[in-house]
Amino acid sequence: MPAIQENYDVCVVGAGHAGCEAALACARLGLETIIFTVSVDSIALMPCNPNIGGSSKGHLVREIDALGGEMGKNIDKTFIQSKMLNKSKGPAVHSLRAQADKAEYSKQMRKTMQNTDHLTIRQAEVSEIITNDKNEITGVKTVSGGTYFCKAAILCTGTYLRARCLTGEMITHTGPNGLQAANHLTDSLIAHGIEMYRFKTGTPARVDKRSLDFSKMQEQVGDERVVPFSFTTNPDDVQIDQVSCWLTYTNPKTHEIIRNNLDRSPIYAGIIEGTGPRYCPSIEDKVVKFAEKDRHQIFIEPEGLDTNEMYVGGMSSSLPEDVQHAMYRTLPGLENVKIVRNAYAIEYDCINPNQLYASLEFKNVPGLFSGGQFNGSSGYEEAACQGLIAGINAAMKIQGKEPLILDRSEAYIGVLIDDLVTKETHEPYRMMTSRAEYRLLLRQDNADLRLSKKGYEVGLISEERYNWVCEKEQLIEEEIKRCHEVRIGASKEVQEFLEEHDSIPLNTGTTLAELIRRPELEYDMLAPIDLERPELSYEVTEQVNILIKYDGYIKRQIKQVEQFKRLEKKKLPQNFDYNEVASLRIEAVQKLNQLQPLSIGQASRISGVSPADISVLLVYLEQLKYLNPDLFSKLNVGKEED
Amino acid sequence: MKTDTIAAIATAMSPSGIGIIRLSGEEAFSIVDKIYRSKSGNKKLSECESHTIHYGYIYDGDTLIDEVMVLLMKAPRSYTTEDTVEIDCHGGVFVMKRILETVIKYGARPAEPGEFTKRAFLNGRIDLTQAESVIDVINSKNDFALRSSTQQLRGTLKQDVKEVRDKIIHEIAFIESALDDPEHISLEGYPESLSSIVMEQIAHVDKLLANSDNGRMLKEGIMTVIVGKPNAGKSSLLNQMMGEERAIVTDIAGTTRDVLEEQIQLGGITLNIVDTAGIRDTEDIVEKIGVDKAKDYLSKADLIIYVVDSSVALEENDYEIMELLQDRQAIVLLNKTDLESVVTEEEVRNHLDKKMIAFSAKDSTGMEELEETIKDMFFKGEVSFNDEVIITNIRQKNSLQEAKNSLNLVLRSIEDAMPEDFYSIDLMNAYESLGNIIGESVEDDLVNEIFSKFCMGK
Repeated sequence: MPAIQENYDVCVVGAGHAGCEAALACARLGLETIIFTVSVDSIALMPCNPNIGGSSKGHLVREIDALGGEMGKNIDKTFIQSKMLNKSKGPAVHSLRAQADKAEYSKQMRKTMQNTDHLTIRQAEVSEIITNDKNEITGVKTVSGGTYFCKAAILCTGTYLRARCLTGEMITHTGPNGLQAANHLTDSLIAHGIEMYRFKTGTPARVDKRSLDFSKMQEQVGDERVVPFSFTTNPDDVQIDQVSCWLTYTNPKTHEIIRNNLDRSPIYAGIIEGTGPRYCPSIEDKVVKFAEKDRHQIFIEPEGLDTNEMYVGGMSSSLPEDVQHAMYRTLPGLENVKIVRNAYAIEYDCINPNQLYASLEFKNVPGLFSGGQFNGSSGYEEAACQGLIAGINAAMKIQGKEPLILDRSEAYIGVLIDDLVTKETHEPYRMMTSRAEYRLLLRQDNADLRLSKKGYEVGLISEERYNWVCEKEQLIEEEIKRCHEVRIGASKEVQEFLEEHDSIPLNTGTTLAELIRRPELEYDMLAPIDLERPELSYEVTEQVNILIKYDGYIKRQIKQVEQFKRLEKKKLPQNFDYNEVASLRIEAVQKLNQLQPLSIGQASRISGVSPADISVLLVYLEQLKYLNPDLFSKLNVGKEED
Repeated sequence: MKTDTIAAIATAMSPSGIGIIRLSGEEAFSIVDKIYRSKSGNKKLSECESHTIHYGYIYDGDTLIDEVMVLLMKAPRSYTTEDTVEIDCHGGVFVMKRILETVIKYGARPAEPGEFTKRAFLNGRIDLTQAESVIDVINSKNDFALRSSTQQLRGTLKQDVKEVRDKIIHEIAFIESALDDPEHISLEGYPESLSSIVMEQIAHVDKLLANSDNGRMLKEGIMTVIVGKPNAGKSSLLNQMMGEERAIVTDIAGTTRDVLEEQIQLGGITLNIVDTAGIRDTEDIVEKIGVDKAKDYLSKADLIIYVVDSSVALEENDYEIMELLQDRQAIVLLNKTDLESVVTEEEVRNHLDKKMIAFSAKDSTGMEELEETIKDMFFKGEVSFNDEVIITNIRQKNSLQEAKNSLNLVLRSIEDAMPEDFYSIDLMNAYESLGNIIGESVEDDLVNEIFSKFCMGK
């Protein structure tokens, strides 16, 4: 029987949050792209929590949007509740989180994909990657025998590789929601020299809304004024009727049931071999690890408008069905609960992401890229941003351009990818705001200012949109300048205004900027005493307020970034044998050989590479200038800005 | 390339006539402007010609420190090719230290091990063929810094620093978990409790600054190690030098289980005396640790005093010790001359040709000669001590000071009602500064602390 053979520029394997961004990016950049999924009905599926964003994840979505990705736009179309988290805290940790209508989210993404030029959707399980004698990617093969030749392939297999779901003693060899697992690809990857890991994660039960008593729970409503995720969404378009979430608690009775049945948990019984995430513990983990706590918060969240299913946030578990029934029923409001889908743990194959460059290309398989949970991360947003970067860089490679690599001072995405490819991973990686050293600069409110230029250069942001960002930048600058120049005298009106706002009256005149710095005052509030204020959009005045208010801290971080950049700019050779550098310690040689860092800066973050090793590397680079001028000039070392 | 300004003592730490403190970097001139006064009082060094020398005084505020000559070298005509200032002062250890501390107070940073050489090299100043030796300098100095930070810290200092660090990381982890999971963890009322915790930690750091000899974590002085096989009389010698009973002295071989360290003044010279457990092959585990440590100390010693029991014939252990001492600055004491001698000077000299002194701990014979010999060796420059100790001390004091400053900034942020996420910025800086003292970096400490101490959502 003759098998199918087709030619594409890019093959994307998997149509989850990473795969969708990767495929859209490639297709939008004009490359013929095909995306494979085991089920077209499960494109952009949200198999776990029904929300997008959250602390630091909201930042990722904003950054994806500023680079020309889809996630922000898609959630703006399909959210049913939205909240800005941490609003009482500093602007750096404000973070958007929206409840999604899951089915609608998936449907809208599918619609976008289906209407994108150059993009072909194919329901098939990819079983092999094909390479030439240099181990460069040349195509992929499906289980049915079809061959799809390509210039680059992007693996976004999520949790599907050799997936196995566990609920107590019951084990099924499927992906999430009973979807077909992909059981063949792992062998092909191993045969190509790729090192695999096995991770696990889990999800709680979904329950029937009609069986719940909401009068025993606390209502959690959305924000009065909703802020959209995408910089392109008109804020007026997202002021919709929102749906509530509900809060209840576990209690000693719940914990007792769990403790009594621990021996039936596949984790505690040793059946699960994969490594689970510490930040997303199952309820049995919480009860064991934090034994002193007699209650844990549980959020009951709607899964959509057209379904009665509710997500029981905080109670993921791999305990058997009967135990799940018993323990869920101890919760106030869930006394008569009917479970629609059981909680389960899922195990899957993923890779050691240290095998990737920061471009998300495999070091040992040129042309092969990867993103998402396959890279050892967890979370929809983490997946989407990697998919976007992998897609962009596959396109850049085919177009013969430089890869897009964001560093730790430019974006949370940069932090995430640098952590993945540089540090040792022992559990699914989740973004956290504490991982970003320069978070005062990497705010969700300024993602467009930080990244639009890059998105424009890559080709995913239109000229019109980019021009608007440039204009905005200029307006901000001018208004900050004005605030530093405008004198506010100690007039009667001013003193009265200050007293009204619990602010100390002035002794002498001051500048508008000085008043903005007062904790109790803000730029917007000061309009009555700032008579010549130009009319500016909130987007602009928000930046003006933040940049003036936190000026001291921001300046300090900018200084730290300058230091950081100095080492990032010192490039290291690739595919290099560090045994050639005399005086490096053995451990450092091993780590450097394995990781092949792109810069001295990245090298300094590898555990096992000491400051002395870094000094040795710096001296070596200097030698290289004379010993191997060709190689040296390729590295752009020493090309530093003042 | 912009560079911060580094400073170090450029001359050896021996009582020579002059000492030189060197500064290199963009702010070298502006720093020296702040502390230098000419005789007339109105000369500004930053406005003077390159490669000129200026007579004057160094002041810390209104306090006169020393009369000096200052040599100016503007970039790129200097060793490092950066703006460089050399302050020639009187050669006393105390004065040099005081001047170095002053330039650091006014904005310089203590140089990292081998940093001047490294900068010179990276700025193209040193011949390429010297690259290997540059690396050697960096490595050996780093080795010292590493050793000192892990092993040579005074007493409980390491433990004290660790405790403060643990407290700090716990608070950061709490703030961060609340930021990451605001719906599970609340910061309601937290600033008040943090305020008192931070104040406590500042008090601890203050105590460390004050208690550890004005911030000095390492003992400065000539590291003098006393060796000899068990029961040769090492501890008695130490007691003689100290003038009091410190080490446990018995007639049973092997009673000094650990090493004892003491600091004594000998005619203006500071000696750090280390009494080691006797070197011999031993199966006793506790003692074995002492013996290993002794060998380790030997390798680091500036001066070694080898005590030979002249009443007992030389044997395997003596030969082993003498082998270790071949190329070292050492003095041999023939002890127990009050007893009947079995070992003669000639016999020892056949194996080890060093200054030899007949000694008896019982009646103080030879004590004076020992003191004279040490002084002689020092003034002839045969022994000096590792100047890295001083720069390391200043670096560490600087780190403590930085930690304190960061903690004070936290208090200020709390007073100014800044949002909680700002606290963790300065807390983290304090954590890092303290880590420098004990040679620990940040790595994944925070994430680990968050997950182990706080129950996160979902």
